[in-house]
Amino acid sequence: MSGLAVDVTVPGRVTAAAAAEPGDVVAVIGPNGAGKTSLLRAVAGLVGHDGTVTVDGRSWTGLTVRERPVGMAFQDQLLFPHLSALDNVAFGPRSRGTPREEARRTAHDWLDRFGVGHLADRKPRQLSGGQAQRVSIARALATHPRLLLLDEPFAGLDIGVATTLRVELARHLASYDGVTLLVTHDAIDALTLADVVWVLDEGRLVQVGPPREVAARPLTAHVARLVGLNLVEDEGRLLSFSPRAVTVSPAEPAGSARHRWSGTVTSLAPHGDAVRLLVSGDRDLLADVTPEAVAELGLVPGRAVWLSVKETAVRSYDSAPVPAPRHG
Amino acid sequence: MSNDARLGRAPLLLLVPGAVAALLLVVPLLTLVADTPWGQLRDQLTSRAVRDALWLTALASVLTVVLCLLLGTPLAWLLARVDFPGRSLVRAAVIVPLVLPPVVAGVALVTALGRTGFVGRPLDAAFGITIPYTTPAVVIAHTFVSMPFYVLSVEGALRSSGEQYDAVAATLGADRWTTFRRITLPLAIPGVVAGAALAWARSLGEFGATITFAGNYPGTTQTMPSLIYTELQADPLVARTVSMVLLVVCVVVLALLRNRWLTRP
Repeated sequence: MSGLAVDVTVPGRVTAAAAAEPGDVVAVIGPNGAGKTSLLRAVAGLVGHDGTVTVDGRSWTGLTVRERPVGMAFQDQLLFPHLSALDNVAFGPRSRGTPREEARRTAHDWLDRFGVGHLADRKPRQLSGGQAQRVSIARALATHPRLLLLDEPFAGLDIGVATTLRVELARHLASYDGVTLLVTHDAIDALTLADVVWVLDEGRLVQVGPPREVAARPLTAHVARLVGLNLVEDEGRLLSFSPRAVTVSPAEPAGSARHRWSGTVTSLAPHGDAVRLLVSGDRDLLADVTPEAVAELGLVPGRAVWLSVKETAVRSYDSAPVPAPRHG
Repeated sequence: MSNDARLGRAPLLLLVPGAVAALLLVVPLLTLVADTPWGQLRDQLTSRAVRDALWLTALASVLTVVLCLLLGTPLAWLLARVDFPGRSLVRAAVIVPLVLPPVVAGVALVTALGRTGFVGRPLDAAFGITIPYTTPAVVIAHTFVSMPFYVLSVEGALRSSGEQYDAVAATLGADRWTTFRRITLPLAIPGVVAGAALAWARSLGEFGATITFAGNYPGTTQTMPSLIYTELQADPLVARTVSMVLLVVCVVVLALLRNRWLTRP
Protein backbone atom coordinates (compact mmCIF):
# COMPACT_ATOMS: atom_id res chain seq x y z
CA MET A 1 0.00 0.00 0.00
CA SER A 2 1.09 3.58 -0.41
CA GLY A 3 1.26 6.08 2.40
CA LEU A 4 2.56 5.46 5.87
CA ALA A 5 2.03 2.54 8.23
CA VAL A 6 3.70 2.64 11.63
CA ASP A 7 3.63 -0.01 14.31
CA VAL A 8 6.45 0.94 16.62
CA THR A 9 7.48 0.81 20.24
CA VAL A 10 10.18 2.95 21.72
CA PRO A 11 10.75 1.18 25.04
CA GLY A 12 9.70 3.36 27.94
CA ARG A 13 8.50 6.13 25.63
CA VAL A 14 5.75 5.35 23.20
CA THR A 15 3.81 2.58 21.52
CA ALA A 16 1.76 3.43 18.45
CA ALA A 17 0.20 1.63 15.52
CA ALA A 18 -1.56 3.69 12.86
CA ALA A 19 -1.62 4.43 9.15
CA ALA A 20 -2.03 7.43 6.88
CA GLU A 21 -2.83 7.92 3.19
CA PRO A 22 -0.49 9.72 0.76
CA GLY A 23 -1.02 13.46 1.04
CA ASP A 24 -2.45 13.19 4.53
CA VAL A 25 -1.42 15.68 7.15
CA VAL A 26 -1.47 13.93 10.51
CA ALA A 27 -1.55 16.10 13.62
CA VAL A 28 0.14 14.29 16.52
CA ILE A 29 -1.13 15.82 19.75
CA GLY A 30 -0.84 15.04 23.42
CA PRO A 31 0.55 16.50 26.62
CA ASN A 32 4.27 16.88 27.34
CA GLY A 33 5.89 13.50 27.80
CA ALA A 34 3.14 11.71 25.85
CA GLY A 35 5.74 10.45 23.37
CA LYS A 36 5.08 12.71 20.37
CA THR A 37 8.69 13.60 19.68
CA SER A 38 9.82 10.03 20.42
CA LEU A 39 7.38 8.76 17.81
CA LEU A 40 8.76 11.20 15.24
CA ARG A 41 12.36 10.34 16.06
CA ALA A 42 11.59 6.63 15.85
CA VAL A 43 10.04 7.05 12.41
CA ALA A 44 13.12 9.03 11.30
CA GLY A 45 15.37 6.32 12.73
CA LEU A 46 16.98 8.68 15.23
CA VAL A 47 16.06 6.51 18.22
CA GLY A 48 16.10 2.76 18.47
CA HIS A 49 12.67 1.12 18.28
CA ASP A 50 10.92 -2.18 17.90
CA GLY A 51 8.29 -2.79 15.23
CA THR A 52 7.98 -1.56 11.68
CA VAL A 53 7.74 1.63 9.69
CA THR A 54 6.47 1.19 6.14
CA VAL A 55 6.40 4.02 3.64
CA ASP A 56 4.93 3.58 0.15
CA GLY A 57 5.02 -0.16 0.63
CA ARG A 58 8.73 -0.21 1.48
CA SER A 59 9.82 -1.30 4.92
CA TRP A 60 12.24 1.07 6.62
CA THR A 61 13.22 -1.52 9.20
CA GLY A 62 16.98 -1.77 9.42
CA LEU A 63 17.60 1.41 7.42
CA THR A 64 19.89 4.03 8.94
CA VAL A 65 18.68 7.59 9.30
CA ARG A 66 20.36 8.73 6.09
CA GLU A 67 18.83 5.89 4.10
CA ARG A 68 15.30 6.96 5.04
CA PRO A 69 13.84 9.55 2.69
CA VAL A 70 12.50 11.80 5.44
CA GLY A 71 12.50 15.53 5.80
CA MET A 72 12.48 16.70 9.37
CA ALA A 73 11.96 20.18 10.76
CA PHE A 74 13.15 20.18 14.35
CA GLN A 75 12.04 22.07 17.41
CA ASP A 76 14.16 25.25 17.61
CA GLN A 77 14.87 24.78 13.87
CA LEU A 78 18.48 23.66 14.43
CA LEU A 79 19.75 25.45 11.36
CA PHE A 80 23.50 24.90 10.96
CA PRO A 81 24.77 28.11 12.57
CA HIS A 82 27.89 28.46 10.40
CA LEU A 83 26.10 28.06 7.06
CA SER A 84 23.99 30.63 5.22
CA ALA A 85 20.27 30.02 4.76
CA LEU A 86 21.01 28.93 1.18
CA ASP A 87 23.75 26.48 2.20
CA ASN A 88 21.51 25.09 4.93
CA VAL A 89 18.87 24.23 2.35
CA ALA A 90 21.46 23.07 -0.23
CA PHE A 91 23.08 20.74 2.33
CA GLY A 92 20.47 18.01 1.82
CA PRO A 93 20.59 17.84 -1.98
CA ARG A 94 24.40 18.02 -1.94
CA SER A 95 24.63 15.22 0.62
CA ARG A 96 22.38 13.14 -1.59
CA GLY A 97 24.73 13.62 -4.52
CA THR A 98 23.39 16.64 -6.40
CA PRO A 99 26.20 18.71 -7.94
CA ARG A 100 26.99 21.93 -6.08
CA GLU A 101 25.54 24.46 -8.52
CA GLU A 102 22.36 22.49 -9.08
CA ALA A 103 21.91 22.03 -5.32
CA ARG A 104 22.23 25.78 -4.82
CA ARG A 105 19.65 26.45 -7.54
CA THR A 106 17.26 23.96 -5.96
CA ALA A 107 17.84 25.56 -2.57
CA HIS A 108 17.12 29.00 -3.96
CA ASP A 109 13.86 27.77 -5.47
CA TRP A 110 12.79 26.43 -2.08
CA LEU A 111 13.69 29.64 -0.28
CA ASP A 112 11.72 31.58 -2.90
CA ARG A 113 8.75 29.31 -2.44
CA PHE A 114 8.74 30.10 1.27
CA GLY A 115 9.19 33.81 0.60
CA VAL A 116 12.69 34.02 2.09
CA GLY A 117 14.75 33.98 -1.12
CA HIS A 118 16.06 37.47 -0.36
CA LEU A 119 17.57 36.15 2.90
CA ALA A 120 19.63 33.43 1.16
CA ASP A 121 23.00 34.85 2.25
CA ARG A 122 22.06 35.44 5.87
CA LYS A 123 23.40 33.33 8.70
CA PRO A 124 20.77 31.75 10.99
CA ARG A 125 21.53 34.19 13.82
CA GLN A 126 20.53 37.03 11.49
CA LEU A 127 17.09 35.53 10.89
CA SER A 128 13.93 36.10 12.92
CA GLY A 129 12.13 33.12 14.42
CA GLY A 130 9.58 32.98 11.62
CA GLN A 131 12.23 33.32 8.91
CA ALA A 132 14.36 30.61 10.48
CA GLN A 133 11.36 28.28 10.66
CA ARG A 134 10.64 28.87 6.96
CA VAL A 135 14.26 28.03 6.10
CA SER A 136 14.04 24.96 8.31
CA ILE A 137 10.93 23.64 6.54
CA ALA A 138 12.40 24.49 3.14
CA ARG A 139 15.52 22.51 4.14
CA ALA A 140 13.37 19.53 5.12
CA LEU A 141 11.48 19.58 1.81
CA ALA A 142 14.48 20.19 -0.46
CA THR A 143 15.47 16.51 -0.48
CA HIS A 144 12.04 15.50 -1.85
CA PRO A 145 11.24 13.35 1.18
CA ARG A 146 8.55 10.69 1.09
CA LEU A 147 7.65 11.59 4.66
CA LEU A 148 7.69 15.03 6.22
CA LEU A 149 8.16 15.29 9.99
CA LEU A 150 7.41 18.66 11.58
CA ASP A 151 8.19 18.87 15.30
CA GLU A 152 6.23 21.79 16.76
CA PRO A 153 6.97 24.15 13.87
CA PHE A 154 5.11 27.04 15.48
CA ALA A 155 6.50 26.72 19.00
CA GLY A 156 8.21 29.84 20.24
CA LEU A 157 6.89 32.09 17.46
CA ASP A 158 4.84 35.23 18.04
CA ILE A 159 1.13 34.62 17.56
CA GLY A 160 1.00 36.82 14.47
CA VAL A 161 4.03 35.14 12.90
CA ALA A 162 2.66 31.69 13.73
CA THR A 163 -0.67 32.53 12.10
CA THR A 164 0.96 33.72 8.88
CA LEU A 165 3.26 30.71 8.76
CA ARG A 166 0.31 28.38 9.41
CA VAL A 167 -1.48 29.75 6.34
CA GLU A 168 1.66 29.40 4.18
CA LEU A 169 2.32 25.90 5.46
CA ALA A 170 -1.25 24.84 4.71
CA ARG A 171 -0.65 25.87 1.08
CA HIS A 172 2.62 23.92 0.81
CA LEU A 173 1.21 20.86 2.50
CA ALA A 174 -1.77 20.85 0.12
CA SER A 175 0.62 20.37 -2.82
CA TYR A 176 2.82 17.83 -1.02
CA ASP A 177 2.01 14.25 -1.99
CA GLY A 178 3.79 12.48 0.87
CA VAL A 179 2.53 11.94 4.41
CA THR A 180 3.17 14.71 6.92
CA LEU A 181 3.41 14.10 10.66
CA LEU A 182 2.92 17.38 12.49
CA VAL A 183 3.58 17.41 16.22
CA THR A 184 1.72 20.26 17.82
CA HIS A 185 0.51 21.62 21.12
CA ASP A 186 -2.13 23.77 19.51
CA ALA A 187 -5.71 22.76 18.73
CA ILE A 188 -5.77 25.31 15.90
CA ASP A 189 -3.00 23.44 14.05
CA ALA A 190 -4.89 20.19 14.35
CA LEU A 191 -8.16 21.76 13.23
CA THR A 192 -6.83 23.87 10.36
CA LEU A 193 -3.94 21.85 8.93
CA ALA A 194 -4.67 18.21 9.61
CA ASP A 195 -6.70 15.56 7.81
CA VAL A 196 -6.25 13.14 10.68
CA VAL A 197 -5.44 13.54 14.34
CA TRP A 198 -3.45 11.03 16.37
CA VAL A 199 -3.87 11.59 20.10
CA LEU A 200 -1.08 10.30 22.31
CA ASP A 201 -1.38 10.00 26.06
CA GLU A 202 1.19 8.52 28.42
CA GLY A 203 3.02 6.82 25.57
CA ARG A 204 -0.03 5.23 24.00
CA LEU A 205 -2.06 6.11 20.93
CA VAL A 206 -5.52 6.63 22.43
CA GLN A 207 -7.52 8.24 19.63
CA VAL A 208 -7.35 8.44 15.84
CA GLY A 209 -9.86 10.35 13.79
CA PRO A 210 -10.67 13.37 11.68
CA PRO A 211 -10.07 16.65 13.55
CA ARG A 212 -13.78 17.50 13.73
CA GLU A 213 -14.58 14.15 15.32
CA VAL A 214 -11.70 14.33 17.80
CA ALA A 215 -12.66 17.88 18.78
CA ALA A 216 -16.30 16.94 19.28
CA ARG A 217 -15.70 13.70 21.17
CA PRO A 218 -12.33 13.99 22.89
CA LEU A 219 -11.19 10.89 24.76
CA THR A 220 -8.49 12.56 26.85
CA ALA A 221 -8.55 15.44 29.29
CA HIS A 222 -5.67 17.00 27.36
CA VAL A 223 -7.56 17.23 24.07
CA ALA A 224 -10.70 18.37 25.87
CA ARG A 225 -8.72 21.23 27.37
CA LEU A 226 -7.14 22.04 23.98
CA VAL A 227 -10.55 22.45 22.38
CA GLY A 228 -12.02 24.14 25.44
CA LEU A 229 -14.44 21.45 26.60
CA ASN A 230 -15.17 19.93 29.98
CA LEU A 231 -14.75 16.16 29.99
CA VAL A 232 -16.27 14.00 32.71
CA GLU A 233 -16.35 10.24 33.05
CA ASP A 234 -19.70 8.88 34.16
CA GLU A 235 -20.45 5.18 34.55
CA GLY A 236 -18.08 4.10 31.79
CA ARG A 237 -19.22 6.81 29.40
CA LEU A 238 -17.64 10.14 28.64
CA LEU A 239 -19.59 13.38 28.91
CA SER A 240 -18.33 16.47 27.15
CA PHE A 241 -19.89 19.91 27.40
CA SER A 242 -18.98 23.50 26.81
CA PRO A 243 -18.06 25.79 29.71
CA ARG A 244 -20.81 28.12 28.38
CA ALA A 245 -23.44 25.49 29.20
CA VAL A 246 -22.47 25.36 32.85
CA THR A 247 -24.67 27.11 35.42
CA VAL A 248 -22.98 28.41 38.56
CA SER A 249 -25.01 28.72 41.75
CA PRO A 250 -24.09 29.49 45.36
CA ALA A 251 -26.10 26.53 46.77
CA GLU A 252 -27.00 23.04 45.55
CA PRO A 253 -29.41 23.55 42.63
CA ALA A 254 -32.93 22.33 43.33
CA GLY A 255 -33.95 21.86 39.69
CA SER A 256 -33.92 18.81 37.47
CA ALA A 257 -30.26 18.95 36.39
CA ARG A 258 -28.82 15.46 36.80
CA HIS A 259 -25.24 16.56 36.34
CA ARG A 260 -24.11 18.61 39.32
CA TRP A 261 -20.83 19.04 41.12
CA SER A 262 -19.63 21.11 44.07
CA GLY A 263 -16.25 22.75 44.17
CA THR A 264 -14.16 25.77 44.95
CA VAL A 265 -13.35 28.58 42.56
CA THR A 266 -9.56 28.45 42.02
CA SER A 267 -9.07 31.02 39.27
CA LEU A 268 -10.84 33.55 37.08
CA ALA A 269 -9.71 34.86 33.70
CA PRO A 270 -11.38 36.96 31.02
CA HIS A 271 -12.53 34.83 28.09
CA GLY A 272 -14.08 36.74 25.21
CA ASP A 273 -16.87 38.81 26.71
CA ALA A 274 -17.30 36.33 29.57
CA VAL A 275 -15.26 35.31 32.60
CA ARG A 276 -13.91 31.76 32.65
CA LEU A 277 -13.88 30.12 36.07
CA LEU A 278 -11.78 27.13 36.98
CA VAL A 279 -13.63 25.23 39.69
CA SER A 280 -11.81 22.45 41.54
CA GLY A 281 -13.62 19.75 43.40
CA ASP A 282 -13.51 16.03 42.69
CA ARG A 283 -12.45 17.16 39.24
CA ASP A 284 -11.42 20.41 37.53
CA LEU A 285 -14.22 22.03 35.52
CA LEU A 286 -14.47 25.20 33.49
CA ALA A 287 -17.49 27.48 33.61
CA ASP A 288 -18.11 30.68 31.65
CA VAL A 289 -20.17 33.31 33.43
CA THR A 290 -20.99 36.96 32.73
CA PRO A 291 -19.02 39.67 34.51
CA GLU A 292 -22.31 40.68 36.19
CA ALA A 293 -22.72 37.20 37.64
CA VAL A 294 -19.17 37.35 39.02
CA ALA A 295 -20.11 40.49 40.97
CA GLU A 296 -23.56 39.26 41.96
CA LEU A 297 -22.42 35.86 43.26
CA GLY A 298 -19.20 37.20 44.76
CA LEU A 299 -17.09 34.74 42.74
CA VAL A 300 -13.56 35.05 44.08
CA PRO A 301 -10.92 32.35 44.44
CA GLY A 302 -11.77 30.22 47.46
CA ARG A 303 -15.55 30.63 47.08
CA ALA A 304 -17.50 27.36 47.30
CA VAL A 305 -20.03 26.94 44.46
CA TRP A 306 -22.23 24.37 42.76
CA LEU A 307 -22.03 23.69 39.03
CA SER A 308 -24.75 22.09 37.00
CA VAL A 309 -25.36 21.37 33.34
CA LYS A 310 -28.54 20.41 31.51
CA GLU A 311 -28.76 16.96 29.94
CA THR A 312 -29.44 18.53 26.53
CA ALA A 313 -26.12 20.40 26.59
CA VAL A 314 -24.10 17.25 27.25
CA ARG A 315 -22.65 15.00 24.57
CA SER A 316 -22.39 11.46 25.90
CA TYR A 317 -20.31 8.76 24.18
CA ASP A 318 -18.35 5.55 24.72
CA SER A 319 -14.73 5.83 25.73
CA ALA A 320 -14.28 3.68 22.64
CA PRO A 321 -11.01 1.95 21.82
CA VAL A 322 -8.92 3.23 18.95
CA PRO A 323 -9.96 1.78 15.59
CA ALA A 324 -7.50 -0.81 14.34
CA PRO A 325 -4.77 0.59 12.08
CA ARG A 326 -5.11 0.01 8.38
CA HIS A 327 -2.36 -2.37 7.45
CA GLY A 328 -1.30 -3.13 3.91
CA MET B 1 33.47 55.07 46.90
CA SER B 2 33.73 51.65 45.41
CA ASN B 3 31.22 48.99 46.23
CA ASP B 4 33.57 46.67 48.11
CA ALA B 5 34.82 49.54 50.29
CA ARG B 6 31.26 50.20 51.35
CA LEU B 7 31.04 46.65 52.64
CA GLY B 8 34.08 47.21 54.87
CA ARG B 9 37.84 46.69 54.72
CA ALA B 10 39.37 43.51 53.28
CA PRO B 11 40.30 41.31 56.28
CA LEU B 12 44.03 40.92 56.92
CA LEU B 13 43.64 37.15 57.01
CA LEU B 14 42.82 37.31 53.30
CA LEU B 15 44.86 40.34 52.35
CA VAL B 16 48.27 39.13 53.59
CA PRO B 17 48.30 35.59 52.12
CA GLY B 18 46.85 36.96 48.88
CA ALA B 19 49.62 39.52 48.60
CA VAL B 20 52.28 36.87 49.33
CA ALA B 21 50.86 34.68 46.58
CA ALA B 22 50.95 37.56 44.10
CA LEU B 23 54.54 38.41 45.03
CA LEU B 24 55.63 34.80 44.70
CA LEU B 25 54.30 34.77 41.15
CA VAL B 26 55.47 38.19 40.06
CA VAL B 27 58.86 38.78 41.70
CA PRO B 28 60.82 36.00 39.90
CA LEU B 29 59.57 37.25 36.55
CA LEU B 30 60.56 40.82 37.37
CA THR B 31 64.03 39.76 38.52
CA LEU B 32 64.45 37.70 35.35
CA VAL B 33 63.69 40.78 33.27
CA ALA B 34 66.03 42.92 35.42
CA ASP B 35 68.91 40.43 35.32
CA THR B 36 68.78 39.80 31.61
CA PRO B 37 72.04 41.04 30.04
CA TRP B 38 70.23 43.25 27.52
CA GLY B 39 73.51 44.67 26.20
CA GLN B 40 74.75 41.28 24.99
CA LEU B 41 71.37 40.09 23.89
CA ARG B 42 72.09 40.34 20.19
CA ASP B 43 75.43 38.50 20.41
CA GLN B 44 73.98 35.67 22.39
CA LEU B 45 70.87 35.25 20.29
CA THR B 46 73.00 34.90 17.19
CA SER B 47 75.29 32.27 18.72
CA ARG B 48 75.16 28.92 16.99
CA ALA B 49 73.85 26.96 20.01
CA VAL B 50 70.99 29.40 20.60
CA ARG B 51 70.04 29.58 16.94
CA ASP B 52 69.97 25.77 16.66
CA ALA B 53 67.91 25.44 19.82
CA LEU B 54 65.48 28.14 18.70
CA TRP B 55 65.04 26.47 15.34
CA LEU B 56 64.56 23.03 16.84
CA THR B 57 62.06 24.32 19.38
CA ALA B 58 60.06 26.08 16.69
CA LEU B 59 60.18 23.02 14.42
CA ALA B 60 59.20 20.59 17.18
CA SER B 61 56.35 22.73 18.47
CA VAL B 62 54.91 23.25 14.98
CA LEU B 63 55.19 19.54 14.14
CA THR B 64 53.60 18.74 17.49
CA VAL B 65 50.60 20.92 16.65
CA VAL B 66 50.35 19.29 13.21
CA LEU B 67 50.38 15.82 14.76
CA CYS B 68 47.76 16.90 17.29
CA LEU B 69 45.53 18.19 14.48
CA LEU B 70 45.94 15.06 12.34
CA LEU B 71 45.74 12.43 15.10
CA GLY B 72 44.17 14.22 18.06
CA THR B 73 41.12 15.49 16.18
CA PRO B 74 39.96 12.00 15.16
CA LEU B 75 40.61 10.74 18.71
CA ALA B 76 38.57 13.61 20.18
CA TRP B 77 35.76 12.82 17.72
CA LEU B 78 35.78 9.14 18.65
CA LEU B 79 35.64 10.01 22.36
CA ALA B 80 32.84 12.53 21.84
CA ARG B 81 30.70 10.69 19.30
CA VAL B 82 31.26 6.94 19.23
CA ASP B 83 30.09 4.81 22.13
CA PHE B 84 32.77 2.12 21.87
CA PRO B 85 33.55 -0.35 24.66
CA GLY B 86 36.19 0.98 27.02
CA ARG B 87 35.60 4.58 26.02
CA SER B 88 35.85 5.91 29.57
CA LEU B 89 39.03 3.91 30.04
CA VAL B 90 40.59 5.42 26.90
CA ARG B 91 39.54 8.90 28.01
CA ALA B 92 41.16 8.37 31.41
CA ALA B 93 44.35 7.07 29.77
CA VAL B 94 44.45 10.10 27.47
CA ILE B 95 44.30 12.43 30.45
CA VAL B 96 47.11 10.72 32.42
CA PRO B 97 49.98 12.50 30.62
CA LEU B 98 48.45 15.79 31.84
CA VAL B 99 49.37 14.99 35.42
CA LEU B 100 52.30 12.64 34.78
CA PRO B 101 55.72 14.05 35.79
CA PRO B 102 57.43 14.73 32.42
CA VAL B 103 60.49 12.68 33.42
CA VAL B 104 58.22 9.69 33.96
CA ALA B 105 56.73 10.33 30.52
CA GLY B 106 60.25 10.19 29.13
CA VAL B 107 61.01 6.90 30.87
CA ALA B 108 57.72 5.47 29.61
CA LEU B 109 58.63 6.47 26.06
CA VAL B 110 62.00 4.72 26.43
CA THR B 111 60.28 1.51 27.51
CA ALA B 112 58.07 1.64 24.41
CA LEU B 113 60.27 3.14 21.72
CA GLY B 114 63.79 2.72 23.13
CA ARG B 115 66.28 0.54 21.30
CA THR B 116 65.27 -2.43 23.44
CA GLY B 117 61.70 -1.25 23.95
CA PHE B 118 58.44 -3.03 23.23
CA VAL B 119 57.98 -1.29 19.87
CA GLY B 120 61.54 -0.02 19.46
CA ARG B 121 63.23 -3.43 19.29
CA PRO B 122 61.14 -4.88 16.41
CA LEU B 123 61.37 -1.50 14.66
CA ASP B 124 65.15 -1.69 14.90
CA ALA B 125 65.27 -5.35 13.89
CA ALA B 126 62.96 -5.02 10.89
CA PHE B 127 63.83 -1.61 9.46
CA GLY B 128 66.97 -0.54 11.32
CA ILE B 129 65.08 2.44 12.66
CA THR B 130 66.08 3.76 16.06
CA ILE B 131 64.14 6.62 17.53
CA PRO B 132 65.76 7.71 20.82
CA TYR B 133 68.21 10.63 20.72
CA THR B 134 66.97 11.86 17.34
CA THR B 135 64.91 14.86 16.30
CA PRO B 136 61.84 12.64 15.70
CA ALA B 137 62.21 11.56 19.34
CA VAL B 138 61.89 15.21 20.35
CA VAL B 139 58.67 15.56 18.35
CA ILE B 140 57.27 12.31 19.76
CA ALA B 141 58.04 13.38 23.34
CA HIS B 142 56.44 16.78 22.74
CA THR B 143 53.38 15.22 21.16
CA PHE B 144 53.04 12.77 24.06
CA VAL B 145 52.83 15.55 26.63
CA SER B 146 50.87 18.02 24.48
CA MET B 147 48.21 15.80 22.93
CA PRO B 148 46.06 15.52 26.10
CA PHE B 149 45.57 19.29 26.17
CA TYR B 150 44.48 19.27 22.56
CA VAL B 151 42.19 16.23 22.80
CA LEU B 152 40.46 17.50 25.93
CA SER B 153 39.86 20.91 24.42
CA VAL B 154 38.50 19.56 21.13
CA GLU B 155 36.40 16.86 22.78
CA GLY B 156 34.82 19.51 24.97
CA ALA B 157 34.07 21.63 21.91
CA LEU B 158 32.61 18.65 20.04
CA ARG B 159 30.37 17.84 22.97
CA SER B 160 29.13 21.37 23.47
CA SER B 161 28.57 21.97 19.75
CA GLY B 162 26.06 19.21 20.11
CA GLU B 163 25.15 15.90 18.53
CA GLN B 164 21.82 17.37 17.56
CA TYR B 165 23.35 18.89 14.42
CA ASP B 166 24.75 15.47 13.50
CA ALA B 167 21.18 14.15 13.73
CA VAL B 168 19.92 16.94 11.48
CA ALA B 169 22.66 16.22 8.94
CA ALA B 170 21.76 12.52 8.97
CA THR B 171 18.09 13.22 8.22
CA LEU B 172 19.31 15.30 5.27
CA GLY B 173 21.19 12.29 3.92
CA ALA B 174 24.76 13.11 4.92
CA ASP B 175 27.12 10.26 5.80
CA ARG B 176 29.27 10.60 8.89
CA TRP B 177 32.40 11.77 7.05
CA THR B 178 30.46 14.51 5.24
CA THR B 179 28.82 15.48 8.52
CA PHE B 180 32.20 15.63 10.26
CA ARG B 181 33.79 17.66 7.48
CA ARG B 182 30.98 20.13 6.82
CA ILE B 183 29.17 20.42 10.16
CA THR B 184 30.93 18.95 13.20
CA LEU B 185 34.45 20.24 12.60
CA PRO B 186 33.50 23.79 11.54
CA LEU B 187 31.36 24.12 14.68
CA ALA B 188 34.27 22.94 16.84
CA ILE B 189 36.85 25.34 15.35
CA PRO B 190 37.09 27.52 18.48
CA GLY B 191 37.99 24.42 20.49
CA VAL B 192 40.49 23.33 17.83
CA VAL B 193 42.22 26.72 17.90
CA ALA B 194 42.31 26.82 21.69
CA GLY B 195 43.55 23.23 21.88
CA ALA B 196 46.26 23.88 19.28
CA ALA B 197 47.43 26.94 21.21
CA LEU B 198 47.57 24.98 24.47
CA ALA B 199 49.44 22.11 22.83
CA TRP B 200 51.87 24.53 21.21
CA ALA B 201 52.55 26.32 24.51
CA ARG B 202 53.05 22.99 26.29
CA SER B 203 55.44 21.84 23.59
CA LEU B 204 57.41 25.08 23.78
CA GLY B 205 58.26 24.54 27.44
CA GLU B 206 58.71 20.78 27.33
CA PHE B 207 61.91 19.65 29.07
CA GLY B 208 61.69 16.53 31.23
CA ALA B 209 60.32 13.99 28.77
CA THR B 210 62.49 15.33 25.97
CA ILE B 211 65.79 15.22 27.82
CA THR B 212 65.00 11.72 29.12
CA PHE B 213 63.90 10.23 25.80
CA ALA B 214 65.76 12.34 23.24
CA GLY B 215 68.75 13.60 25.15
CA ASN B 216 70.38 17.00 24.91
CA TYR B 217 72.52 17.08 21.73
CA PRO B 218 73.10 20.51 20.23
CA GLY B 219 71.66 20.69 16.71
CA THR B 220 69.54 17.53 16.83
CA THR B 221 67.73 17.27 20.17
CA GLN B 222 68.66 20.36 22.17
CA THR B 223 65.58 22.55 22.50
CA MET B 224 65.42 25.90 24.27
CA PRO B 225 64.57 24.50 27.71
CA SER B 226 67.39 21.93 27.41
CA LEU B 227 69.78 24.69 26.40
CA ILE B 228 68.74 26.77 29.39
CA TYR B 229 69.44 23.81 31.63
CA THR B 230 72.89 23.28 30.11
CA GLU B 231 73.87 26.93 30.12
CA LEU B 232 72.70 27.40 33.68
CA GLN B 233 75.77 25.39 34.68
CA ALA B 234 78.10 26.76 32.03
CA ASP B 235 77.06 30.38 31.50
CA PRO B 236 74.14 31.68 33.59
CA LEU B 237 73.95 34.86 31.50
CA VAL B 238 73.07 32.88 28.39
CA ALA B 239 70.50 30.92 30.41
CA ARG B 240 68.85 34.17 31.45
CA THR B 241 68.81 35.52 27.93
CA VAL B 242 67.25 32.42 26.47
CA SER B 243 64.75 32.29 29.34
CA MET B 244 63.84 35.86 28.56
CA VAL B 245 63.12 34.90 24.96
CA LEU B 246 60.79 32.12 26.08
CA LEU B 247 59.07 34.46 28.53
CA VAL B 248 58.41 36.99 25.75
CA VAL B 249 57.01 34.28 23.48
CA CYS B 250 54.68 33.05 26.23
CA VAL B 251 53.44 36.53 27.03
CA VAL B 252 52.72 37.10 23.34
CA VAL B 253 50.74 33.84 23.18
CA LEU B 254 48.83 34.85 26.27
CA ALA B 255 48.02 38.20 24.71
CA LEU B 256 46.77 36.51 21.54
CA LEU B 257 44.54 34.20 23.58
CA ARG B 258 43.35 37.00 25.82
CA ASN B 259 40.13 37.46 23.98
CA ARG B 260 39.26 33.82 24.37
CA TRP B 261 40.01 33.16 28.02
CA LEU B 262 40.94 36.28 29.86
CA THR B 263 38.09 38.60 29.04
CA ARG B 264 36.06 39.06 32.14
CA PRO B 265 32.40 38.13 32.07
